[in-house]
Amino acid sequence: MSRLRLYQLAVIAGFILILEALCLAGVIDKITMPPPHIIVRDFVSMVLAGRYFDDIGKSLSNVLVAFASAYVLGIATGCILHGYKTARDILDPLFATYYAIPIFAFYPLFIIMFGLGDGPQLLIGLLLAVVAVIVTTLNGLDRVPPVLMKTARVSGLNPLQTALRVTLPFCAPYLLTAAKLALAYAFIGVIGSEFIMARSGMGYEISYAYTNFDNATMYPLILMILILSIAANSLLSHWERVLLARRGQK
Amino acid sequence: MHEEESATLRNTAILIAGIFLFWELAYLVVGEVALRSPWQTIQFLGKLMQTDIFWVHLSDSLKAFAAALVIAVALGLLIGFSLGLHRLSGDAIEPMLVSLYSIPKITLYPIILLAFGLGISAKIAFGAIHGIIPVALFTLSAVRTIKPILIKTGRVLKLSPTATVREILFPAAVPEIFTGIRVGFSLTLIGTVLGEMFAAQHGLGYLLMNAISLYNVDLIMAVTFLLVVFAASVNTLLLAIDRRLHHG
Amino acid sequence: MSAGQVTLRGVTKAFPAGSGGQVVHALGPIDIEIRKGEFFAVVGPSGCGKSTLLELIAGLTAPTQGQIEFEGRPIQNIPDGVGVVFQEDACFPWLNVQENIEFGLRQKSIGPEEKARRAAAAIDMMGLRDFARSYPAQLSGGMRQRVCIARTIVAQPRLILLDEPFGALDQQTRLLMGDEILRLWREIGATIFLITHALDEAVMLADRIVVMSARPGQAIDLVETGWPRERDSRIVEHENFGSLTSRLWKSLREESLKTMGRTGSAHE
Repeated sequence: MSRLRLYQLAVIAGFILILEALCLAGVIDKITMPPPHIIVRDFVSMVLAGRYFDDIGKSLSNVLVAFASAYVLGIATGCILHGYKTARDILDPLFATYYAIPIFAFYPLFIIMFGLGDGPQLLIGLLLAVVAVIVTTLNGLDRVPPVLMKTARVSGLNPLQTALRVTLPFCAPYLLTAAKLALAYAFIGVIGSEFIMARSGMGYEISYAYTNFDNATMYPLILMILILSIAANSLLSHWERVLLARRGQK
Repeated sequence: MHEEESATLRNTAILIAGIFLFWELAYLVVGEVALRSPWQTIQFLGKLMQTDIFWVHLSDSLKAFAAALVIAVALGLLIGFSLGLHRLSGDAIEPMLVSLYSIPKITLYPIILLAFGLGISAKIAFGAIHGIIPVALFTLSAVRTIKPILIKTGRVLKLSPTATVREILFPAAVPEIFTGIRVGFSLTLIGTVLGEMFAAQHGLGYLLMNAISLYNVDLIMAVTFLLVVFAASVNTLLLAIDRRLHHG
Repeated sequence: MSAGQVTLRGVTKAFPAGSGGQVVHALGPIDIEIRKGEFFAVVGPSGCGKSTLLELIAGLTAPTQGQIEFEGRPIQNIPDGVGVVFQEDACFPWLNVQENIEFGLRQKSIGPEEKARRAAAAIDMMGLRDFARSYPAQLSGGMRQRVCIARTIVAQPRLILLDEPFGALDQQTRLLMGDEILRLWREIGATIFLITHALDEAVMLADRIVVMSARPGQAIDLVETGWPRERDSRIVEHENFGSLTSRLWKSLREESLKTMGRTGSAHE
């Protein structure tokens, strides 16, 4: 194992050990947080007993719906905008400022408009994710070297063939980056909304457990969210790195 | 250059006009039950700004945000510099910081609430953790990617170590550090408002959530509008400064 | 020691390698004498230690063995009166052209008006008058190199070291820059030490050229061009130009092949 990996593992292990020590010593009291080993124990029993699987399933399916719609809509919009410079120039300031805006501030409005259900959450997830996909798609399309397009023309490919056999493969790393971002934002949007106000889902269960002083439920659920989000992000990042490494880029 | 600038202004004007138009159309379609028109919202906001209660909540939010921002920038710079100067630590910890971006930090909020209690410190801590990450990451990058040729030039021109830091390293790193602070500003704002939307009794975020149960559409639209305009305008300003610092 | 402005005697440079701990003999032993006011060039296969040689003379690094002297004194740190222009773009991106050049006078205790005046003179000499307020990001590569050269000459050095300064430029720009360097050389009267991989450039510009072997670099030939001081790029038409260039290549070709055999390219 490389020095780097060892260092990273040491940092994580050190952090957990310090937490464990502080909890056991009583510096962090039980009401605030149970010791890590208890959290893990509760987590394992929660998973084995299949508790909250409905909520987990619901959350994840909403995340996937938000992700998929943002991804498809984002790529389509990106491709269209790439061909219309004026439209793109007009929307550019919006894209530049978009992620400075508190999108969650729209959640109450959406609840008023659509009622307290899946709709507002999906909409927040979609809105958070879609612009990242659009911008990444545009970036990728911008970077297709003109010489590749010329090669396609000279080889007699029609526009559809060019798109499928030249543009798409070239943009593959960017499509992967877009997926990574879209998934992260969809996750944040859906779970965050569930947390603030909802009737079901992982986010809701965490806030419910908090209001009811139920650390034995709350912490394992938080751990579950951490594991899911970091695992998904790491997998996609790794895949992204592999693709970029093949291109000789980092 | 002048042509470019006026074209950008024109495009931004068209964009803003388009957004208001879309808003007005949405209002005409959805109706009074769930929306207000742009003009109604602005009027209501004007009236709102004449009430005391609004300013109480606004100053609560601003206080929490300002404190969170100061902490985020200070800690972020400290972490960024340390990691940037120590190669192994930087290489190891940077990817870990980056992966923190993908976590829904709101789910960590209960832990912060349990640790800090229900007062303003929890809000400040929550806002700060959003902003620390970009400040640290950009600072780390700024320190690490200073071109070695610039340091060599400093040696050739016989600059002392302190002079090298002051007149070469620092100005070379400032543009990227500023970008980190710009992003940190936005994320801290988002984090602070988000924190106020859960388990709070004060602040603009609380006003928003409270308005749901009161079914106060005017209030929701006015506060949302205010937050969006504030976030967008400050960010645009910071972006302009950012571009200036990167010198064309 | 002899009357050269810069003398190297028995100089070697070795670097401790990273993993594996094998020492890299980059240079030497080498003996060189550079005369005051001459234009002196160094050619050799990449990786032969040319840049190391420049850094030794600049005082950026110390020799492992041997002695180096500048104007009769051993070189410790960067000697006064020595200026360096590097291959990479060394302009400070946060300063405009004028400020970059004035930075070259940083170590001198002279007033701001005098600094501005001297910087203006250097700007004029390098033809940068219209760009004094521009930032490096707005300039081409060639212009940026001119800024770096101006920043070096503003301090009125007696010896100017140039490490492949035109490497990143296209051929025609290089020829024009060559003319500029020659004009500068005559106007300022400094000694010029140039490293280049372009043989025609060395022959065109220099009074004397040393050819270096593959790593560890040693001097294997010393060529005198015998050109008049008043020369420019049209010297390529001179009848000796071709034979001088071929002589360089004859010495160099074998060394380049040796480097190629080691690395699969003419570069290390």
